[in-house]
Amino acid sequence: MSNGAHIEQISFLGLAKQNMRKLSMFIMLGLILIVFAILTNGVNLTPRNITNIFIQNSYILILAVGMLLVIIIGNIDLSVGSVIAFSGAISAMLYNTGMGMIPMLLLSLLIGGIIGCFQAFWIAYMRIPAFIVTLSGMLLFRGLTYIITNVTPVALIDDGFKQIASGSLEIKGFRIAGLDGLSLLVMILAILLLSFMTFRQRNRKIRNGFSVLPFRYSVYKIVSLSALIIFVFSRFAAYRGIPTVSLVLFVVTVLFVFITNNTVIGRYIYAVGGNMKSAKLSGINAEKVMFITHVIMGVLCGLSGVVFTAYMNSALPQAGDKFELDAIASCYIGGAAASGGIGTIIGAITGGLVMGVINNGMSLMNIGADWQYVVKAAILLFAVFYDIWSRKKSGLG
Amino acid sequence: MSDQFILEVKNLTKDFPGVRALDNVDFKVRKGEIHCLVGENGAGKSTLMNVISGVYPKGSYEGVVRFKGQETNYKSTKDSEHDGLAIIHQELTLSPYLSIYENLFLGHMKTRFGLIDWDACLKDSFPLLRKVGLHERPQTIVSKMSVGKQQLVEIARAISQDAELLIFDEPTASLNDEESQKLLSLIREFKKEGITCIMISHKLDEVLSIADSITILRDGQSIVSFDLAEKKVSEQEIIKGMVGRELKNLFPQKEPDVGDVVFEVKDWNVYHPDYHQMKIVDNASFFVRKGEIVSFCGPMGAGRTEMMMSIFGNSYGYGASGEIYLKGKRVSFKNPKDAIEQGLGYVSEDRKTLGLIMIQDVKTNITNSSLPKLSRRGVLDKDLELRKATEYKEALQIKTPSLEQLVRNLSGGNQQKVVLSRCLLADPDIFIVDEPTRGIDVGAKFEIYSILNDMVKQGKSVIVVSSELAEAISMSDRIYVMNEGKIKGVLDRSEATQERIMHMALID
Repeated sequence: MSNGAHIEQISFLGLAKQNMRKLSMFIMLGLILIVFAILTNGVNLTPRNITNIFIQNSYILILAVGMLLVIIIGNIDLSVGSVIAFSGAISAMLYNTGMGMIPMLLLSLLIGGIIGCFQAFWIAYMRIPAFIVTLSGMLLFRGLTYIITNVTPVALIDDGFKQIASGSLEIKGFRIAGLDGLSLLVMILAILLLSFMTFRQRNRKIRNGFSVLPFRYSVYKIVSLSALIIFVFSRFAAYRGIPTVSLVLFVVTVLFVFITNNTVIGRYIYAVGGNMKSAKLSGINAEKVMFITHVIMGVLCGLSGVVFTAYMNSALPQAGDKFELDAIASCYIGGAAASGGIGTIIGAITGGLVMGVINNGMSLMNIGADWQYVVKAAILLFAVFYDIWSRKKSGLG
Repeated sequence: MSDQFILEVKNLTKDFPGVRALDNVDFKVRKGEIHCLVGENGAGKSTLMNVISGVYPKGSYEGVVRFKGQETNYKSTKDSEHDGLAIIHQELTLSPYLSIYENLFLGHMKTRFGLIDWDACLKDSFPLLRKVGLHERPQTIVSKMSVGKQQLVEIARAISQDAELLIFDEPTASLNDEESQKLLSLIREFKKEGITCIMISHKLDEVLSIADSITILRDGQSIVSFDLAEKKVSEQEIIKGMVGRELKNLFPQKEPDVGDVVFEVKDWNVYHPDYHQMKIVDNASFFVRKGEIVSFCGPMGAGRTEMMMSIFGNSYGYGASGEIYLKGKRVSFKNPKDAIEQGLGYVSEDRKTLGLIMIQDVKTNITNSSLPKLSRRGVLDKDLELRKATEYKEALQIKTPSLEQLVRNLSGGNQQKVVLSRCLLADPDIFIVDEPTRGIDVGAKFEIYSILNDMVKQGKSVIVVSSELAEAISMSDRIYVMNEGKIKGVLDRSEATQERIMHMALID
């Protein structure tokens, strides 16, 4: 600590206050889980249901990740629902040729990417507002889906495909005390990795002479995140093990958290969204950054289409209807700013889970889609209101 | 006693979350005088005016504000306007795509039976425009006029409501010398008609030429008031009051140590981005030597900013043509990225919309131009980034609680230092700074001049676009004078005077 590192003196309450805005989403998610646990006598926290929440929302969460990037750069993508239907239908057709899972998946991502390139070209280089390009894309790809499917569902030739959504990662016979062994093993590894990373990061900061928080806060962080990991994985372990789709979701999330925080392109996306003119004069090729962002969205649509087809166990021509709205709402509930430049991947995922948990809880209570819409509308409005209000209050507005 | 003062402010305290913007301020303005308010950026001048005019409603501050002997109780500026108090903000608040007369009566349209009586509005606009000396058709769309003229519309709008007290928040900040003079004489006219004026300004020569009284604010406190009828004050005294210390020199000493020509532009032409036949820069040629500071002077609209921006990777205009030589080699810049990579840096005159990303923090703003240099294979070295940002924060003495502070919360001078840091971190050889000291206080100006001097000492070259002639003359080795898109001539440091520059620009 001789080289200038110092430990910030801050009380627990002070720190919580400072991070209230960041924490509020998680608190909201926690509260909603608890409210529904009471209303459903704990059914929503059962292993089976927790597993279901992940499976049922995976394709929206994947979309929300891409949508977040698009929203950060200051655009919107209304076409994602139709693109999912299109890529889902193509993926089913490809799978039915018997080419195998991996080539099918790669080709689907490629098709999503090509669709992304097409729309990105008009948005980034022809400077047509994203709202208009993707509105037309929404019509175009719905139409193309109807054309290639003849408006009839594409059935899958075998059960292999649906494993992406409903399958689990497992090692045959590896069980501990009646629970799935792999889930428990991954859980322990995750906690160890988390602790290791937290301390390594802290030590690096100290070595570089940057200020750090007192040691006990690192412990609090590890304890609370570990509790979350234990909760989720113990549910998985008690049901069917780790759902394959949660692995897909995890990889996507980690990849894009890394991209947004630690890569040049990630930072460029924030810069262009924060102030495009200034970003350009700072030497950022704003058109290229915008192009890449929409291509990423396309690739993630391709992935989401595959997951949704697997979830439905067939490719439906009407698939993905209104998914764009769920994905957009997830981002806004998760703290993204409509004017661009602000938002986090974890926020969007949390926002998506908030909506998912509400849908799921209300379904468990046998409340129909009619009231689900009303409640989701209220949550969206409230969450964004809170975000704007708290930002104003803390002088960030 | 109190009828002598049209405005009295007593023990005014205004807090923002975490900052005390005004601390027990006393401020009195006599009826019919021109009262100037000076102070460094962040001293609380604008906050004080916002309290007086009701931008911050009654109840959000402590203390007493009395206008015409009555304690005010404004809930918004609408109430204060109704009371005869109008404020002309630094940032123009006109609606750009509406015409002059539509803007004049915006918010208090003449109506008949609930419908807008456009004819009456049009008719009433003529005397107002005459009064402020604006010779334009009232139907002209305001965005098509210069900033100076737009400001006159703003003033006409204020007096249309029978204002007794006019507050000008840095009215000449974006005007050239000639327009500024016009505006000042307009303010004197108002005084003759019995309208009281408060003027916030950074330009001390203007303040001294026009003020009856001067009040100095520093760090949210009223430091001292001068009544110029009783006693003359000097610029030095005012500066001392503003910064709390005596500044020996307004400009740091620069030792001329110039080398060979490193940057040359030949026959540069640019056309207006929307009106392609309108020539904005006309056959301009100039060069810059190593270790030299070269200024570009000229009236507003001379095409200086447009020329620099079009050279800097086609950031302005249409159909730019001409030749650029960098260290003797013919080069061309497709876009700003290209220009930065080849060693140019550009600091825009408009730091809020073109220089900074206001919603991002100090660190990010500093490093935005240099991310590829701070990363390996596209992955950022965040430790290196933090180290570099800290280094520049300290070198340029950016006053901020932390690097995580959003730049929008910094004062103008510190924001400007952040923009400079961003450009310096990218390590340019040719550094173009456009109005580097606009809207920032004397202390910060001095620091910015020193930064530019340090750059040329390291063998780099600096091009300054400046509307302040005193600044240009004191800072630069040579001065190019521009007007109407043409380079009218060049003066050496030794032969440059304000008169010669003006003469060259306007008459030769």
